Amino acid sequence: MTLAIGSLTIGLILSLLAFGILMSFRVVAFEDLTVDGSLALGGATTATLIVTGWHPIAATLSGALAGGLAGSVTAILNTKFDINRLLSGILVMTALYSINLRILGKSNIPLRSDLTIMKYSNWLATQLSGQDSFMSLGLWQAPATDVTAMIMMLVIALTAGGILAIFFRTNCGLAMQAVGDNNRMTRALGVDVKRMTILALFVGNAMIATAGSLLAQYQGFADIQMGIGMLVWGVASVILGESLVGTKKIGFLIAGALMGSVLFRLLVAIALRWGLNPNDLKLITALFVFAALVLPKILSGGSSLVRGRNRA
Amino acid sequence: MLELKGIFKTFFPNTPNEVRALRGVDLRITPGSWVNIIGTNGSGKSTLLNATAGTFPLDQGEIILDGNRITRWPEHRRAKLIGRVFQDPFSGTAPSMTIAENLALAARRGQARGLGFALRTGWRNDLRDRVAAMGLGLEDKIEKPMDTLSGGQRQSITLLMAGLVRPSLLLLDEHTAALDPKSADKIIELTGKFIAENQLTTIMVTHSMQQAANFGDRIIMMHQGSICHDISGLQKSRVRASDLIAKFDEVRRSDQLDESVADMLRSNYV
Repeated sequence: MTLAIGSLTIGLILSLLAFGILMSFRVVAFEDLTVDGSLALGGATTATLIVTGWHPIAATLSGALAGGLAGSVTAILNTKFDINRLLSGILVMTALYSINLRILGKSNIPLRSDLTIMKYSNWLATQLSGQDSFMSLGLWQAPATDVTAMIMMLVIALTAGGILAIFFRTNCGLAMQAVGDNNRMTRALGVDVKRMTILALFVGNAMIATAGSLLAQYQGFADIQMGIGMLVWGVASVILGESLVGTKKIGFLIAGALMGSVLFRLLVAIALRWGLNPNDLKLITALFVFAALVLPKILSGGSSLVRGRNRA
Repeated sequence: MLELKGIFKTFFPNTPNEVRALRGVDLRITPGSWVNIIGTNGSGKSTLLNATAGTFPLDQGEIILDGNRITRWPEHRRAKLIGRVFQDPFSGTAPSMTIAENLALAARRGQARGLGFALRTGWRNDLRDRVAAMGLGLEDKIEKPMDTLSGGQRQSITLLMAGLVRPSLLLLDEHTAALDPKSADKIIELTGKFIAENQLTTIMVTHSMQQAANFGDRIIMMHQGSICHDISGLQKSRVRASDLIAKFDEVRRSDQLDESVADMLRSNYV
């Protein structure tokens, strides 16, 4: 049960990663490869600030801001300097590796949970369970801190998803969706597509960096390697979510990304439990994404992530 | 009032693929008039339209629209003044967004897009009424995604979108060419009604001599990147499709003459 709760919590944290991927890959149709770098950037920035004595919430927000700036650099390389979208992302991701090392100062920073946002869920746990450090969930007993950590991440994920869903109903959000849906029309209707792309990648990578920041605080350390493979992980979650909701409506896609992220993490936990070698995890994830992209194409239309787009 | 002064545009300059698409176009269009542009393939008619819309920068020349020197304005800034309908029915609308969302996007053409909700209930009803007024029976489908509509239906929505914010200039780029004949007739009829009701200044590029003869109040024929005929006033009202086809033949014959004369000169003197 502890294992399941832990997986759920990480799945919820990484739903922010899935939202960010949704924002770039789906909403503005920008194959943004900054992800691995910006996730680690979020973790590194937050961890370093917490160690130097910052308030955890301010440190988390700073991590998000740093990630957002990294994303907008990628978008600016593409829109203002006409560098290919993939190459722009690779350039920023590569540069971020050194920047993250500079920020961390070494390859790994441990974090005490009483200094991170985990202190709020720990406080909640003592409020709910008193001296008893276990809570009963139906038939199971689980450590109270694990349960409250999950609740906190659930609230954060739902809030982020909710804000995103509301944003996409505004004039600005509608215009942003149109960028990825029909670029030519969007320009003809007076939307500054370049600025919109920069904004989308800012918001997307800010969310991805927040995922990195929360992950570092939950796990109790920030690591230079923590971003590796996260792009594919997020894409897998988004694809899984798309097939769960079976529609292209943005509100459903957001809900799908959240569910996909949690479900994918649970599937991975089960596979590991069954004896999957953790070293093979990234290979399995890549194969999963490959299968998810190719199978629907063979069966019918294909995922919107690989569908040919109208980019006149 | 639209003024084009000495427009030049060459694509891929100094390469084997060089295309001198526009070679000194001068054109004045008075407010409220409807100009049809005809011409052979590659004559520069669509390029002229795109130059006006700002799809690419000019090599030379000035564009002035309603007193604004828009030559250096980017495409999205010109969109404030210009409404467009494209040839490809898929180009004018966002396929996975609903009809209502597409209309809401168009309703803010050229305005700031802030964090206000795009579709309030009152506004939604207003949009429904406007769609109903087109008489296509699409008013019950405004919550459906655009890609559930046929090409003709999409073009009529695009037309409605182009006029939601009254444009200083409406650009129609062969907007019926990709439709079946029946839908094409319906759309051109709708276009005529729409332009008359809103008194829009319009440039329409068309392949159909019938459309060029029956609609609008001026015809411009383009050839090799410049204007070769300009028919307006009484002359325009008398012109028939067959007259226009005769003009095309004239142009074609003079093209052949160029080549055959060159051949003759070559065989005699080189």
